[in-house]
Amino acid sequence: MIANRVAVGNEIVELAKKDKRIAIVGSDIAVSVNFQPFMDAFPERYFDCGIAEQDMTGVAAGMASCGMIPFIASFAVFASMRALDQVRNAICYNNFNVKIIGSHAGLEPGQDGGTHQAIEDIAIMRALPNMHLVVPSTPNMAKALTDIAVETEGPVYIRVGRDAVPEFYSNDEKFVLGGSKEVVSGNDIAIIACGRMVERAMQAAEILKGKGVSARVIDMYSIKPIDKDAIIRAAKETKGIVTVEDHNIYGGLGGAVCEVCAEAAPTKVLRVGIEDKYGRTGKSSDLFELYGLTVDHIVKTAEQL
Amino acid sequence: MKKSIEELKGIANDIRKDIVTMVYKAQSGHPGGSLSCADIMAALYFYKLNVDPKNPKWEDRDRFVLSKGHACPALFPALVMRGFVDDDCLKNFRSVKSQYPSTPSTCMPGVDMSSGPLGQGLSVAVGMALAARVQGKSYKTYCVMGDGETQEGQVWEALMTGAKYQLGNLICILDNNKIQMCGTNEEIMPLGDICKKYESFGWRVIHIDGHDMQQIVDALDSVDDNPVGAPTMIVAETIKGKGVSFMEGTAAWHGKAPSDEQYAQAMKELGGEKE
Repeated sequence: MIANRVAVGNEIVELAKKDKRIAIVGSDIAVSVNFQPFMDAFPERYFDCGIAEQDMTGVAAGMASCGMIPFIASFAVFASMRALDQVRNAICYNNFNVKIIGSHAGLEPGQDGGTHQAIEDIAIMRALPNMHLVVPSTPNMAKALTDIAVETEGPVYIRVGRDAVPEFYSNDEKFVLGGSKEVVSGNDIAIIACGRMVERAMQAAEILKGKGVSARVIDMYSIKPIDKDAIIRAAKETKGIVTVEDHNIYGGLGGAVCEVCAEAAPTKVLRVGIEDKYGRTGKSSDLFELYGLTVDHIVKTAEQL
Repeated sequence: MKKSIEELKGIANDIRKDIVTMVYKAQSGHPGGSLSCADIMAALYFYKLNVDPKNPKWEDRDRFVLSKGHACPALFPALVMRGFVDDDCLKNFRSVKSQYPSTPSTCMPGVDMSSGPLGQGLSVAVGMALAARVQGKSYKTYCVMGDGETQEGQVWEALMTGAKYQLGNLICILDNNKIQMCGTNEEIMPLGDICKKYESFGWRVIHIDGHDMQQIVDALDSVDDNPVGAPTMIVAETIKGKGVSFMEGTAAWHGKAPSDEQYAQAMKELGGEKE
């Protein structure tokens, strides 16, 4: 079992073997996001700006303006907030081809404390014109979405967590930007989740099944663009929707689903996520319990529909 | 293109006329910091930059970043005179009628990087210089930076990166007019001995009079073609509002448009309408 951030780091090396435009601009983050294999394979294409996320982001913009495809990375909290002005004005404003890895997103850097837990990055990145935003749930998906990020012209934010996560996709599963995966079929209610929370949503569906509730689970890995058709179908074909994300309940996956439903298929949407507060310090497993990002809480929320 | 010193002086004066006219017509814009870098822009676009208006995206062109994006009234006339764009960007400056924004934008032929938010341009220039190294290109990257914007911390991050990677193909020109929006640097945030600061960051520093065309040209020519070595910082001593007596040396003209009388006076001092 590996973390999605490790899968992304490995895949960049494979992509760089085929594409000379790919480079990495780091910010003393190589250990955390598995850049060492790239540094070993392509030292002439690896640059480290030190603990300077704003410079890293600007340098990548300059490289992209010259036809390169730079990846940059930081903890999601810094990639999305410390360097936000640069992400907006140097990258998105010009639609530059920079791929941003927001790692250790959500509650998973638990023991580093609330300062390091990005619970706002989906909301922030989603609001930027030209930005694309994907949240892989498993390593195989992380690998595939890294490929898609490079194939996609323009900025892409790849949100990954810190912890090792179980695999439930085959290594040749196909994903597309703006797509989603129905990982559990069902027609009573729908659970739309992203990232780490997809697996918990699947477990919740299993428990609901035992209670006679047929839950559809959708892995909404592409947050922007988002799979509107899948959301509308879920809204129309089931009694209601539960969204689940390791993110603030405001502006993230839940917000995106609500926007689609409000405009195209009004239905009840209940959001499971961090309820507008900063996280405490602790092991991520303990924090998930504390803030209700649990199978049990998803089941209870679904039962309220 | 290598114009003579006398020709460059004339071009700089024409740029100044355009700056004053653009801001007057728009009744909005930033004349002070544009006038201070007019000589530098003339030297870059009509002497130093290896660019091709017929092929603005030419891969081997020199790159240029105007980090102090609010000084685009000094950039647009150079782009027009050089033949990158027509004079719509001058006539309709800051108007919704213009197809281009009021700050440099990559949608504009001849503009390599957008700017406006201060303190970001040097990082981008570092990225362009690194791209030249990775791609085996011999072009140089130039950046014009304001002194006020060096109060942004990112500038010092970029200085470290430029020195770490020994970007001998990177040249930054500091438009050191010593005045920012609300007062002098000394009043708002003193910058200290900037030449020593850049030297201590590992840059090769050249200190010049930024209104002496010969000194500007000599400083630009002093950079050799070795892409590996200390990056160059040309500290150009300039006067905010240079060329228009009542705008010189005052923060009041950082972002203010002249009245009818002031415009007439300014154009008179600059030698009348552009020919």
